[in-house]
Amino acid sequence: MSPEIILHLILWPPLLGFLINGIIGFKLPKWAVTTVACSMPLISFTGTVMAYSTMLNKAATVTLYTWFVGEGAAKVDFAFFIDNLTLLMLFVVNGVGSLIHVYSAGYMHDDKGFHRFFAYMNLFMFSMLLLVLGDNLIVLFAGWEGVGLCSFLLIGFWFENKEYNQAASKAFIMNRVGDLAFIIAIFMTIYTTGGVRFQDIKETLGEGVALNSFIMVVISVLFLIGVTGKSAQIPLFTWLPDAMAGPTPVSALIHAATMVTAGVYLVARLHFLFDTAPAVKTVIAITGCITAIVAASIALKQNDIKKILAYSTVSQLGYMVAALGVGAYTTAVFHLMTHAFFKALLFLGAGSVIHGLHGEQDIRKMGGLKNKMKWTYGVMLVGTLAIIGCPPLAGFFSKDEILAAVYANNFWFFLILAFASVFTAWYMLRMFFATFHGAYRGSEDSYHKIHESPWIMVIPLLALAVLSAIGGFAGLPEITDQSHKVFQLLNKSIEQPRFHVSHLFEYSLWGVTIVALLVIFYFTKRRYTNMDIRENDNEHFVIRLLKGKYFLDEAYAWLFVSPLKKAGSWFMNFFEFGVIDRLVHFPANFLQSGSYALRSLQSGKLSTYLLYSVVALACLLVLFMII
Amino acid sequence: MDKIFYTLSILTIFTAIMVVASKHPIRSILYLVATFFLISAHYVLLNAQFLALVNVVVYAGAIMVLFLFVVMFLNLNKDIERFKSWIPAFAALISAGTLLMIFLSATRTSQLTIESAGSHDIGLVETIGEVLYRDYLFPMEICSVLFLVAMIGIVLLNRKEKVNTQNVMQP
Amino acid sequence: MNHIPEIIRTIPFTHYLVLCSCLFFVGLLGVLIRKNVIIVFMCIEILLNAVNLMMVAASAYRGDSAGQIMVLFTMAVAAAEVSVGLAIIVMMYKNLKTTNIDLFDQLKG
Repeated sequence: MSPEIILHLILWPPLLGFLINGIIGFKLPKWAVTTVACSMPLISFTGTVMAYSTMLNKAATVTLYTWFVGEGAAKVDFAFFIDNLTLLMLFVVNGVGSLIHVYSAGYMHDDKGFHRFFAYMNLFMFSMLLLVLGDNLIVLFAGWEGVGLCSFLLIGFWFENKEYNQAASKAFIMNRVGDLAFIIAIFMTIYTTGGVRFQDIKETLGEGVALNSFIMVVISVLFLIGVTGKSAQIPLFTWLPDAMAGPTPVSALIHAATMVTAGVYLVARLHFLFDTAPAVKTVIAITGCITAIVAASIALKQNDIKKILAYSTVSQLGYMVAALGVGAYTTAVFHLMTHAFFKALLFLGAGSVIHGLHGEQDIRKMGGLKNKMKWTYGVMLVGTLAIIGCPPLAGFFSKDEILAAVYANNFWFFLILAFASVFTAWYMLRMFFATFHGAYRGSEDSYHKIHESPWIMVIPLLALAVLSAIGGFAGLPEITDQSHKVFQLLNKSIEQPRFHVSHLFEYSLWGVTIVALLVIFYFTKRRYTNMDIRENDNEHFVIRLLKGKYFLDEAYAWLFVSPLKKAGSWFMNFFEFGVIDRLVHFPANFLQSGSYALRSLQSGKLSTYLLYSVVALACLLVLFMII
Repeated sequence: MDKIFYTLSILTIFTAIMVVASKHPIRSILYLVATFFLISAHYVLLNAQFLALVNVVVYAGAIMVLFLFVVMFLNLNKDIERFKSWIPAFAALISAGTLLMIFLSATRTSQLTIESAGSHDIGLVETIGEVLYRDYLFPMEICSVLFLVAMIGIVLLNRKEKVNTQNVMQP
Repeated sequence: MNHIPEIIRTIPFTHYLVLCSCLFFVGLLGVLIRKNVIIVFMCIEILLNAVNLMMVAASAYRGDSAGQIMVLFTMAVAAAEVSVGLAIIVMMYKNLKTTNIDLFDQLKG
């Protein structure tokens, strides 16, 4: 199996699925649409497995054709690069993606845009694969834009609702801000290094480049802005909670597992570039830490189950970005992998809850679901424990590794992230107990309508639960004397030194974690099992601040949106109505008034016509005499 | 002999002006008949005998009689306003005057080479008859068709239109 | 009868030009100034006659009989035209009950 065939097997099936479902999907019966749509990611997954078996530890480049023909830096190939980092990302994207496709077949079953949904999902898979398989910045950017587009299409999937459309526009526009910085960064990279291929840039930058030179700092900052837009960091993260307007599988796939991790992947892929500007890496770490704690604090007071998970995603992305900032690239990618597992699980489980409650999303109206939805309860328990870092589940290992890596760099980062972990545990357990324990807080007859989800939705949940449980064992820390498999895998792609912390610190971290978790478990169970849902008018201003999401949306609206809207309406009045309309209407009005004036010539009066003819004759004769 | 010419000319112009300026249509018609007679006298002066007679017969005899018939049958002798308001009159004066000036100045500046190349009895009936039936036979025949067409047109114009008020077949 | 042409030649041709121009002018003025449609029609006849006189004078001075033949045809056409024109005027009078030419504006644009 040559790399070319494997590449074609991985890359093209989702595009084919998009074309089939997009063009003729409305005519096909539902089972046909489902089969086409779900089999394509599975074919890609098969290709991934084949790639793993044949190309492990061997990097391969497959060039399809020359995209931009030119000399030197102007020559860009439509080429793909498969190495260990790509293999890991492919596993995450294709594996989680296939499971979510299967789940969506059950979740979106009654929707009238069934075929359109799967067409968009397959298009998204294709774009994401372009992104992770790209050999150069241009192909990566093509995938980057493609996932942004699919995010827009899928968030605004139920397009009849105006607010959903606004949420989709908000996501797209914030992404765009990042994309602009990304494009400028690409141009500057071409200018400094003379190439766009990752291999070429690596070689150029490896030859003793001065650290923190101005231009490298600028390029790194621009890439950072791009990452901020795509991976929802401060200050461009407000689109992610609003993106929960889309269907839950979309939230799971795009906004938990894959698209938002594109930024993390980019930094990992371009680690050599960021290594030349350590000042920017500090900025990246600060950004990640602040994002983690701000988002975690907001999640403490949210009541919509999907919004809690959205802020949780932002917070976890902050963790990953912080890890990237301190130089622990493999750790960040490891957390990316485990986060994909349990966050997708949590979102799909939340989708199962919403599906079972016929659309209810407010946790204040839930409660006592553990008796009615046993499978969902089980998998959500696994997911919650995974995310809060309960041993021996996946989140424990990856999160502790991030904390350790950050501690090795700077104590204050560690402290911030530790607080963020406490918040994470608190709000996740709050959500869990409020939803599943205690008594049901909704109406009586809606309680009878609650049902467990069908098997087609439960099986992917079980698969993800298993992955969340055992996924951590791929990255065991030093003190267990086992090899860190992910590190071994990625070290081939990302050569960086392994951070070291003392064994004492590791053990004490484990101990503190377990104790803290038990304490938080006890307190949240007591407080939120029968949640106090009374409205409190006299709230502390901190609580109001958190409930209002730090009023960031309002601040952005005041700072950016209303001036732009006012400028837009001013321009419309001045140019559209004042200039262009006048310009266009002028010939019409002129002709109309002119013809009106000329119409009076045809009075119908014979005498006038006679006069005209004599006058004309006189004029003609005069002219003949003159000329 | 130029005295005859000048007298005739002044009379012609006088009668023409009286045609334009008369109050009653009948008087205008009568002045026009006088004008035609005077023009026939001009033709006689130019030795165009045939045309003089034809002028009297056709114009004064037929056309003017037609006018008189129409005016008297339809009782059009009523007085309506004679002239138009002063703006169209002024414009007419200016434009017609311009034309007159052009013609007169053309008369003054042009150099006319009128030479008598033929015989002097071209106005006689025999000569006209010969030329007409030899060289201009076809247009003359066409003229008869012209008259036929005019007659048909006039008859059609004056037909009463039948108005179908009911959808009933009449035996 | 043969001496008549020599006497004629004492009158310069330009005199006939001036006479006819003045007649034409009078006729034109009448067409444009008068309000009664019958009078306008008659002034058209004056125009035609002025032109006829011009043509006959030219043919007499040149000795060419084509001018007089043309005048003959002109008279024929004028006769036909007058009949048709008067028929139209009669119809108009029957419809509009007036001979004021300013009121004939049914073809107003």
